[in-house]
Amino acid sequence: MTNSWTDIKNTDLIIVMGGNAAEAHPCGFKWVTEAKAQRGAKLIVVDPRFTRTASVADFYAPIRQGTDIAFLLGVIRYCIENDKIQHDYVRAFTNAPYLVKEGFSYQDGLFSGYDEAKRDYDRTSWEYELGPEGYVQVDETLQHPRSVYQLLKKHVAAYTPEMVERICGTPKDKYLAICKMIAECSARDRTMTSMYALGWTQHSKGSQNIRTMAMVQLLLGNIGVRGGGMNALRGHSNIQGLTDIGLMSDLIPGYLTIPKDKEVDFETYMSTRGFKPLRPNQMSYWQNYRKFMVSFLKSMWGPAATAENQFAYQWLPKLDVAGYDLLRIMDLMNQGKVNGYFCQGFNPLLSAPNRGKITASLSKLKFLVVMDPLQTETARFWKDEGVHNDVKPESIQTEVFELPTSCFAEDEGSLVNSGRWLQWHWAGQEPPGEAKADTWIMAQLHMRLRELYRKEGGAFPDPIVNLHWPYRDPLDPQPDEMAKEMNGYVVSTVTDPADPSKVLLEKGKQIDTFGQLRDDGSTACGCWIYSGSWTERGNMMARRDTSDPGNTGAYSNWAFSWPANRRILYNRASADLDGKAWDPKRKLIEWNGTAWTGYDVPDIAVNAKPRDVGPFIMNPEGSARLFSRGLMRDGPFPAHYEPFESPVANVMAPKIRGNPAARIFPADLAALGTSDKFPYAATSYRLTEHFHYWTKHVWVNAVLQPEFFVEISEQLAAEKNIQKGGWVKVSSNRGTVYAKAVVTKRIKPLICDGKTVHVVGIPLHWGFTGAARKGFGPNSLTPFVGDANTDTPEFKAFLVNVEPSNGPATS
Amino acid sequence: MLHELSRRQFLKAAGAGVAGSAVAALGFGGAEEALAQAVRPFKLARTTETRNTCPYCSVACGVIMYSLGDNSKNAHPAVIHIEGDPDHPTNRGTLCPKGSALLDFVHSETRTKVPQYRGPGEKAFRQISWNEALDRIARLMKDDRDKNFIAKNQDGVTVNRWLTTGFLAASATTNETAFLTYKVVRSLGVLAFDNQARV
Amino acid sequence: MGLQSQDFARISATNFRPPDVRHDFEVAKLIDVSKCIGCKACQAACLEWNNLREEVGINRGVYDNPHDLTPNSWTLMRFTEWENPESGNLEWLIRKDGCMHCADPGCLKACPSPGAIVQYNNGIVDFVSENCIGCGYCVKGCPFNIPRISQADHKAYKCTLCSDRVSVGQAPACAKACPTGAIVFGTKQAMLDHAQGRITDLKSRGFKNAGIYDPPGVGGTHVMYVLHHADQPQLYANLPNNPKISQVVELWKGLTKYAGMAAIGFAAAFAFVHGIVARRNDVSRAEDREAEHLIDEEAARGRQA
Repeated sequence: MTNSWTDIKNTDLIIVMGGNAAEAHPCGFKWVTEAKAQRGAKLIVVDPRFTRTASVADFYAPIRQGTDIAFLLGVIRYCIENDKIQHDYVRAFTNAPYLVKEGFSYQDGLFSGYDEAKRDYDRTSWEYELGPEGYVQVDETLQHPRSVYQLLKKHVAAYTPEMVERICGTPKDKYLAICKMIAECSARDRTMTSMYALGWTQHSKGSQNIRTMAMVQLLLGNIGVRGGGMNALRGHSNIQGLTDIGLMSDLIPGYLTIPKDKEVDFETYMSTRGFKPLRPNQMSYWQNYRKFMVSFLKSMWGPAATAENQFAYQWLPKLDVAGYDLLRIMDLMNQGKVNGYFCQGFNPLLSAPNRGKITASLSKLKFLVVMDPLQTETARFWKDEGVHNDVKPESIQTEVFELPTSCFAEDEGSLVNSGRWLQWHWAGQEPPGEAKADTWIMAQLHMRLRELYRKEGGAFPDPIVNLHWPYRDPLDPQPDEMAKEMNGYVVSTVTDPADPSKVLLEKGKQIDTFGQLRDDGSTACGCWIYSGSWTERGNMMARRDTSDPGNTGAYSNWAFSWPANRRILYNRASADLDGKAWDPKRKLIEWNGTAWTGYDVPDIAVNAKPRDVGPFIMNPEGSARLFSRGLMRDGPFPAHYEPFESPVANVMAPKIRGNPAARIFPADLAALGTSDKFPYAATSYRLTEHFHYWTKHVWVNAVLQPEFFVEISEQLAAEKNIQKGGWVKVSSNRGTVYAKAVVTKRIKPLICDGKTVHVVGIPLHWGFTGAARKGFGPNSLTPFVGDANTDTPEFKAFLVNVEPSNGPATS
Repeated sequence: MLHELSRRQFLKAAGAGVAGSAVAALGFGGAEEALAQAVRPFKLARTTETRNTCPYCSVACGVIMYSLGDNSKNAHPAVIHIEGDPDHPTNRGTLCPKGSALLDFVHSETRTKVPQYRGPGEKAFRQISWNEALDRIARLMKDDRDKNFIAKNQDGVTVNRWLTTGFLAASATTNETAFLTYKVVRSLGVLAFDNQARV
Repeated sequence: MGLQSQDFARISATNFRPPDVRHDFEVAKLIDVSKCIGCKACQAACLEWNNLREEVGINRGVYDNPHDLTPNSWTLMRFTEWENPESGNLEWLIRKDGCMHCADPGCLKACPSPGAIVQYNNGIVDFVSENCIGCGYCVKGCPFNIPRISQADHKAYKCTLCSDRVSVGQAPACAKACPTGAIVFGTKQAMLDHAQGRITDLKSRGFKNAGIYDPPGVGGTHVMYVLHHADQPQLYANLPNNPKISQVVELWKGLTKYAGMAAIGFAAAFAFVHGIVARRNDVSRAEDREAEHLIDEEAARGRQA
């Protein structure tokens, strides 16, 4: 989220698309109902299904899953055609006036530089034209044919309302009504907020879905302002935190990145991370990268990380591929190349695509360790559960450990919500039985390995035996200790070079802000964006002050928000070129002649003069990108691509299947189905009564939604002779499930490119453990392919067939 | 049997009403005594309150856990009720159907309580001790790492990676758990490292 | 010390008259159907607060679970898919069903057991299990079909409006939990005022028949609805258009007085009313005979005492 849940009350228009906020985030959705009730705000829902969010919407329109980019590029076209853009904002705060190099093109669904064999682009033509000083060339009139604005205008021209209807199945009159409502938010005193979640990410072009709406929001001038923004609702309670702390193949805490093979030493690594400003006077915050990286390495290896050994840079593993994401790991496992696997509170047997492949992969492991407070299916992947887990235990040689862990009620620490608030919590009881905290388990494993390497030696013990482990009880580190490490502390006293008697930073003290970090090893910091969360003043994440000056919804003294306790990202953009609020009623920060002041921590240097420095300081341009240069694998502009499994061909570029830059492994390509055998467009989703595969263990939630079902339209039910509440068999080219049929008016057939498309909805909460009835998940059916940029699996659009059935017992 | 008994009770009660008809004529119909207990006692009167946040979605609603006991040494706390934190700016005391039922997550019958082990080809788990489990896991890890660790790639560049064991982190553990996990996993050279951000 | 007589407005099967004291503030729960997202948080909060355990059921092709109110499920979301012929739009009407806490409660009037159903001065209608005889008359007396008789202990159960919470100044569990503020709680007057604001908002959004549901046939209720289509309450899973206490119950109310006066009349009245009202509650002839026998026994014991 660029903004926060409580900020949504400031909006005039909410668009829920690519998500289902009322069902998946009911208590956050309250701020939508507040905006409606208190400000008269309107709610638009665009979804293949009439969801519970739609039930309280002012306007609902259907869309075929996987066609959001066409819909939104059409919105951009409408805004440009009808002159509904916030011109001053766009000219000053986005890269619309920047010129793109000669050689960039888009034709037949492909951008310049495509290599079909590699399914990848050479992205060198997707760059700005730079002047002699290295600054980007600009045409403030936006008339230059190679200006981003003109290129965008040309790019969206094909997405007429008729074309949108043809691709998306959204009736033209409904579509135009929505365009009009959105376009009104280009006024300075109106804002729209976009609320989205996995309905946009779980596509082979998920990142571009989100980018397209971000472009709409930039054109309307809605980023950085109260009641605006791009608000990723996020799925899990601390997935923001786990991403912040870099528990991913290619990340280092604070969005630093793991080195690649070619980055043979620290200086080579740093050479591509300087981020020189592309505009005169611009602040480019990543210029501090070295300070963050050295401080991170000091927190990892303490005294063993020295200037002489490049702060132990070589002790980090290097990547030979883009990343070892879940899909790649499972594929390697399936090839027999992975021997051991740990699942810490994750249930991939039900969460990862193509369950048949996951079962086969896990069966090839030598050992599997599951740490979880609940009895997961993954820990029992080897267990014969009949139709619900049809395996032969005797043929599975994997050793499996199930380690019981504490749950939230029994541990202490912080979680990061989708609004980036770090909130500390406390334990209310002891874990049951012999269950232990994950920290205890990780410490026990580390101390055992450290001891084994000390005694026996072995492969490269240095990073293990030298891991900085300063905990009071090395076998049981406590949350406050790790929290302080992440905030950062002073390793050696730093004095003022001009006056050595003046101490700037005192050894052993917690730092206040990442601005104090040093690149010479005198500071350590586990996660620079969390600096300020546990300072010498104490635990800022434990703050519970409910005051909210100006009634802005910022709640600045409640917990801690990264970075630097800032509540709305890019908040400099809430003010005009001279630093006055675009909308005085929505003032956030303003320039008072000498400094930025207001309700939020400014997202810019406090004394940076308004016209000198652009608001998007994490970009070397200082402006937001309508054209993303070479940063996205699948194109600098979004373009419409069909899902890998689609009921219709891509009408813009009939030869292209799926996203041409998305990675797909050969066996998985072969396992894709086609609409002649699997005619219906399926999608998966959560229901409000459940949370993933956890709440089927919770009796009350099992009562509220007891049994696996799929949702189909009355028309499809009639066509296939399926009874409401009867059994159906749903199959894809990868698997089969049995479900009860919910026959509903809330799903209606769509007409796409002249063809009737039936949508099949498949919720995802059932398995074979817990209190609810045994059932299946959609992952028995889904394709093993992910987004071109993030490898998020395409769970939201795939093909199935549906037949009436007698249920799993007799089929 | 129960049914019959109940019917008898009904009629007995009716009979009591008859017997008390004189009192009823005075105004109270014999009901007052029983009504002393009409309202159920408020069950949270002296529990210990602890602040927490909901572990499910990332709205991160504030919750208050109500535990038995007053934190005195001999009273073992057990969470007996969970409700929304009225001070929390986002949820202001409200909770969704999952948050409202958190108590049954904490006390779910299918929580894990002891370490379990399943050997190759076996059809069931069996309980093992923590020491057995952790010693065995550490041994399996070290043997695999020592055998498959890649110190240098084909070009002779130091790469220090271990690709044959992977780690899938969670989505609901604390930041502090996450950081400790990061340190331990990365120190081993693991690259097959991922979390639940995508699903 | 428990409740005192000044805390009550009515007590079943007695001729209790409240003393002349200041009436408590009447409380009410307002359910704004137009804000409800059907998330069932109210159902979960109710089960947890009241320590109830419902069975894990099955899916019958709809979102309603459980499928009806039960002795353990005192509130339930009822889902209706309705195509509005005027606008052509699909509307998903979701109503939280449960006790309406009528000002003039049919259940209380029908109840033959002294003190099994009471109405407090704040308007809450509560069942007192200890005094309940499980006869099922409250079910018949209720114009909203709310109470349910437990097969485990043969007592009647329904929403208490969390009388235990309200007695210590807290809102009912469902109202506190409701994520979107579709359920609000306060004094009846405050709820009526709040409803007016909601109705104005709904009318501005094109729901010209938006209104409040506070049916006069039962003297008004302490659980009220804001409906987008207040002219058609039956759209919302058959919410009664103009609920009233049945004539038979009114008659029975008269009879209770006499039942208390003459033992012999009770069985007669029992048989009479049961025959008319209790069609769904099977009482065999044998049971009726047993009833007479027991009454005689009890009367004899009374004479001995």
